[in-house]
Amino acid sequence: MKRVLTFYFLFSFILISCGTPSTDSNSPAQYIENKGSDTIVNLALAWAERYQSERPDVRISVTGGGSGTGIAALINGTVDLANASRQIKEEEIAEAQSKGIEPLEHIIARDAIAVIVNPDNPVSQLTLQQIADIYSGVITNWSEVGGEDRPIVKLSRETNSGTHVYFLETVLRLGDSENKTLFSTDTLLLPSSEGIIAEVRQNPNAIGYDGLGYVPHDLKMIAIAEEAGGAYVLPAIETVNDKTYPIARDLYMYTNGEATGVTKAYLDWILSSEAQEIVAELGFVPVK
Amino acid sequence: MEKSLNWREFVVTRAIKASGYSAIVFVLLIFVFLMREGLPALSEVDAGNLFSLRWYPIEDLFGILPLITGSLIVTFGAALIAVPFGIGTAIYISEIAPRWMREILKPLVELLGGLPSVVLGFLGILIVSPNLRILLDLPTGLTAFTGSLLLGGIAVPTVVSVAEDALDSVPRAYREGAWALGATKWQTIWRVTLPAAKSGVLTAIMLGVGRAIGETMTVMMVTGNAPVLATSLGSLFSPVRTMTATIAAEMGEVANGSVHYHTLFLIGIILFLISLTVNVIASSVVFRAKKRAERILS
Repeated sequence: MKRVLTFYFLFSFILISCGTPSTDSNSPAQYIENKGSDTIVNLALAWAERYQSERPDVRISVTGGGSGTGIAALINGTVDLANASRQIKEEEIAEAQSKGIEPLEHIIARDAIAVIVNPDNPVSQLTLQQIADIYSGVITNWSEVGGEDRPIVKLSRETNSGTHVYFLETVLRLGDSENKTLFSTDTLLLPSSEGIIAEVRQNPNAIGYDGLGYVPHDLKMIAIAEEAGGAYVLPAIETVNDKTYPIARDLYMYTNGEATGVTKAYLDWILSSEAQEIVAELGFVPVK
Repeated sequence: MEKSLNWREFVVTRAIKASGYSAIVFVLLIFVFLMREGLPALSEVDAGNLFSLRWYPIEDLFGILPLITGSLIVTFGAALIAVPFGIGTAIYISEIAPRWMREILKPLVELLGGLPSVVLGFLGILIVSPNLRILLDLPTGLTAFTGSLLLGGIAVPTVVSVAEDALDSVPRAYREGAWALGATKWQTIWRVTLPAAKSGVLTAIMLGVGRAIGETMTVMMVTGNAPVLATSLGSLFSPVRTMTATIAAEMGEVANGSVHYHTLFLIGIILFLISLTVNVIASSVVFRAKKRAERILS
């Protein structure tokens, strides 16, 4: 009996020493693999950089590639954290479960797009449908949406921007994947947020869109109603977080089951106010 | 002594020869590379799509006509501005300005030529485009014309410095002959000096046009980049998207080897062919003018 107990203790001791990684701060031994959405990649990089400067014993490798890539890597078990700008699909969950992986969702930030006009423009609210009609070229004059008799100059980001694609899917196509509406050809495609802001600032004909966090205070944001007759909602941290503002989405990180160890510590830190401040700095909306 | 001189001579001449040939090699290599990356687009994108009026690569719509007309109309506008201004300035510097003025003007014009185009783009976004919109009562100031104005500014120094050299090399005896016949200063310039420097002046124009059509940063910042087919001169006052701006804006994000990637290289080939045509026309004009001049002088 005694021998059995000794064996038991010895065995469990070996197990424990294997389970606890060395916490020698001189040799970084703890790695976190983080991969996925290109929308989130800059945010994830900023987080990783800050976290590593506070915890030199942790190494975080961040790569982009798209939400699908990140989730696929999680399913294959090659990453600890998958970034996604969309929710995981049913079939992805099924595939993950068949490989013994339980994807667990964490909302780490929110992304909202503000529609902006010149402060001299009397129009201050539009429905989602009206914005779609403006950008697809059905409505071409501000007088059709209650403004002055002026032509509408539509500004957009370039087609390679994630914001462009999100705006196309959520606003122009109203979230319907069968809908094949395109931006009207006379939409100005500007290479930078600054270009859009500069043009809206000086041109009363212009309408543009940009990440909520990037919009300067001297421009006018449009209150948006999801449907005609619905309430018009201005974009703000509160309206994005209570989901009343229609052009906003959650940004996710997925883990395999409940996060443990260093990954859990990192995820907890991401939801701390310090990390959420970085969210705001990069033009996204903090979750709290 | 003699031997080492010969040896040095040998090395130097070979080195110069090699650098001369290297230009040909580089052009050929670039051409082969462009063809290899761009030609697959012709089989991957069907002609109906390629010659349609819609450029929207994320939905696989690759209509390149709006981009070609966009580049052409911006360049045409730039030439309308750069040619009269450039040649006028060259004539003033070479024929009319007093010596001290000339010594100030020439370096200043050359300094203008060294201005980074991104700086001109800023100037365009913040000053030219807002004022143009108000002045001409346009919906937006981000138009082909704004691009033309700034590109004209970029091309003027090229035109001036080449045209001025050409005017300067016209023998003084030509002008003195004209004056002796009682021609006024203007008649001398228009009927004698300018025709005598014709080949150089044409080269100046072609180099200026070449500079304008290849310019990227400024046009990307100020022309609005809307891929609308330019059908008439009126399009000069609406937004356009040029070939150079399309390549610059989209090449960074495109997947290597995709249809979009090959199509961007195809646009590169078209751009290459256009500047090749401009250069061939320029040199054939110069060649013919030279022959004629030789006939007259002999």
